[in-house]
Amino acid sequence: MNLLDQAVSKAASNKRIDFNESLSLLNEADTLLLGGLANKKRFMLHPQPVVTFVIDRNINYTNVCVSGCLFCAFYRPVKHKEAYVISKKELKLKIDEAISLGGTQILLQGGMNPCLDLDYYIDLLQYIKNNFPIHIHGFSPPEIAFIAEKSSISVNETLKKLIDAGLDSIPGGGAEILVDEIRKKISPGKCNSDMWIEVMRSAHTLGLKTTATMMFGHIESSEHIIEHLLKIRELQDKTYGFTAFIPWTFQPENTKINRVETATAVEYLRVLAVSRLVLDNIPNLQASWVTQGDKIAQTALAFGANDLGSTMIEENVVAAAGVNFRLPQKEMERLIKNAGFESVQRDCFYNYINRVVAI
Amino acid sequence: MDFPIIDKRLQNIHEKVISGKRLNIKDGIALYKSSDLVGTGYIADFARRKRHGNKAYYVYNQHLNYTNICTNRCLFCAFARDKGDNGAFAMSMDDVKSVLLERINEPVREIHIVGGLNPELPFSYYIDLIKTVKKIRPNAVIKAFTAVEIDHLAKISGMPLKKTISALKKAGLSMIPGGGAEVMSKRVKDKLFPKKTESKRWLEIMEALHCAELTSNATMLYGHIETIEERVDHLMQLRSLQDKTGGFSAFIPLAFHSENTKLSHIPATTAFDDLKNIAAARLILDNFAHIKAYWVMIGEKLAQVALSFGADDLDGTIIEEKITHMAGAKSAKGLTKNRMRHLISSAGFEPVERDSLYNKI
Repeated sequence: MNLLDQAVSKAASNKRIDFNESLSLLNEADTLLLGGLANKKRFMLHPQPVVTFVIDRNINYTNVCVSGCLFCAFYRPVKHKEAYVISKKELKLKIDEAISLGGTQILLQGGMNPCLDLDYYIDLLQYIKNNFPIHIHGFSPPEIAFIAEKSSISVNETLKKLIDAGLDSIPGGGAEILVDEIRKKISPGKCNSDMWIEVMRSAHTLGLKTTATMMFGHIESSEHIIEHLLKIRELQDKTYGFTAFIPWTFQPENTKINRVETATAVEYLRVLAVSRLVLDNIPNLQASWVTQGDKIAQTALAFGANDLGSTMIEENVVAAAGVNFRLPQKEMERLIKNAGFESVQRDCFYNYINRVVAI
Repeated sequence: MDFPIIDKRLQNIHEKVISGKRLNIKDGIALYKSSDLVGTGYIADFARRKRHGNKAYYVYNQHLNYTNICTNRCLFCAFARDKGDNGAFAMSMDDVKSVLLERINEPVREIHIVGGLNPELPFSYYIDLIKTVKKIRPNAVIKAFTAVEIDHLAKISGMPLKKTISALKKAGLSMIPGGGAEVMSKRVKDKLFPKKTESKRWLEIMEALHCAELTSNATMLYGHIETIEERVDHLMQLRSLQDKTGGFSAFIPLAFHSENTKLSHIPATTAFDDLKNIAAARLILDNFAHIKAYWVMIGEKLAQVALSFGADDLDGTIIEEKITHMAGAKSAKGLTKNRMRHLISSAGFEPVERDSLYNKI
């Protein structure tokens, strides 16, 4: 049996696939076959035909960042005229609006701003927690590593302080591709891949749930994509702290990597399906309508995804790179139902909420 | 390993397709009603590969909309205007020349010409139009006038249909686009396009065109008020005529865009709608060689995906699509040849540039 057949047969019979098998699936398997296998796996993990979504708002507390990632169109230097740190007044308006629209969480992320110290973050979290009944999904690993380094305390200590102040869970951003030879080129100022994993390990050990992401479609190869997936799978075997995996594609406009052909829809769906097959220990797979648009996001529901992510009352980072898809809650629900699924709102831990049960 | 077809109702269809049996109305309805998108795609892909292997076609083309003045005023149209309306136009021959000359250095293989039913334009205008285009682009195929326009031309030419067609052919017309079929249902016609050529006549005209040795395409406008049963019936009517004439080249499902139309309350078609229309067409229209994923209407991303769901053609590079964009299409107005080829090859298919008759360039 050749490697591809072996990989297909293992994936179809729910057996774990290794590096070479995963790579042969990504590089060689027929696109529909990948979809079929991923779909089968999805129904094995989630037998009910339900697709979930969360109502939340992205709040970017600052756009000042010293990371200097080549793929980013959002960040500004400290002294730039468009540089900002959010005011409490503005924060309050944004959270009030999110809650009034049925929001259950905020995604709180920002740049690596050298002018902010640990006290700022603690105060930010406490202010939100003291004033609003809302889940804080905040600070990706590069931000946490940056805060720890700046405060000269350990990642673990930093996390403890943030948790005490009200941090509820951590988004899986800043993972990009967890291979240092790629990270050094595209995000030289960001924590390396070991540190990203270390932050997640600490967070999981302290009882925080997190997600994991992958940004592909720039300068990486298929091997790097599989290496990324396996690093996540390995940590998940130890901690079981990842709730979901979210692959998404690099968007080139207004960034410093503007010469590559972006990943096409078919390439996205293939990576998504292979993610579903490799990450056999991560329960949820999210489709990225923000980078793919509503049509490919809906198609993704047949390629392994069981979640459409957030309604994103506000999104700034991808929009800065020239992509401006909108997906209101009603439209999201229509797409889910039209694909033959029940549409159910969830919280950050993927518990169903406000489910309308037909009697 | 057997492909995991989850929907049990599709398995019977799969067996029929493998053994070359024709699908019936019930099968067509089951395809449209299935939520097993990849299962549906898998069966359609089998039929697609049997005809075309790994090839996926595109054409280097140019659109020409000679007038937007139209007496039909179909409810789903955002392009048409009444005479005297702001923005109403009819191109003069000089306009036609300058539009074509603007791109004269490009290797355009096909000129796609459609327009409204403009009562001011005499039959000689249409003959002049074709001759003018032919003169400037002698090597391009002129694909012009939907069956609805041909119906109108037969009325104004003072000649019977057959003679009208030969006059157009003599002037240089060599292919007929598939538009104007909409959905061949009286119920839908009465509600949305009461003034338009009725389906019986549309089919008659197509038959006459095929008999005059003109190839044509066929379309279906879906995603408005039509039912699944009406879609299947539409495809069956096309299949019957194709059995008789063999004159259809490609079928193109057209996704309805409601913005700026009188039906703007109708939401856009979804990816599942679009892909299932491609797959169902591939499987029901077993006597059509080509199924097009028209990227203007479903977006370039989904059109690329559609190549795995039964489509073998991405239509053209176009550059200045007007009709769908007036109805709010968010797709680009044109694609470069390189982009087209990249979309095809990164989906795992072999890009083949074709002429209107699917000869490889």
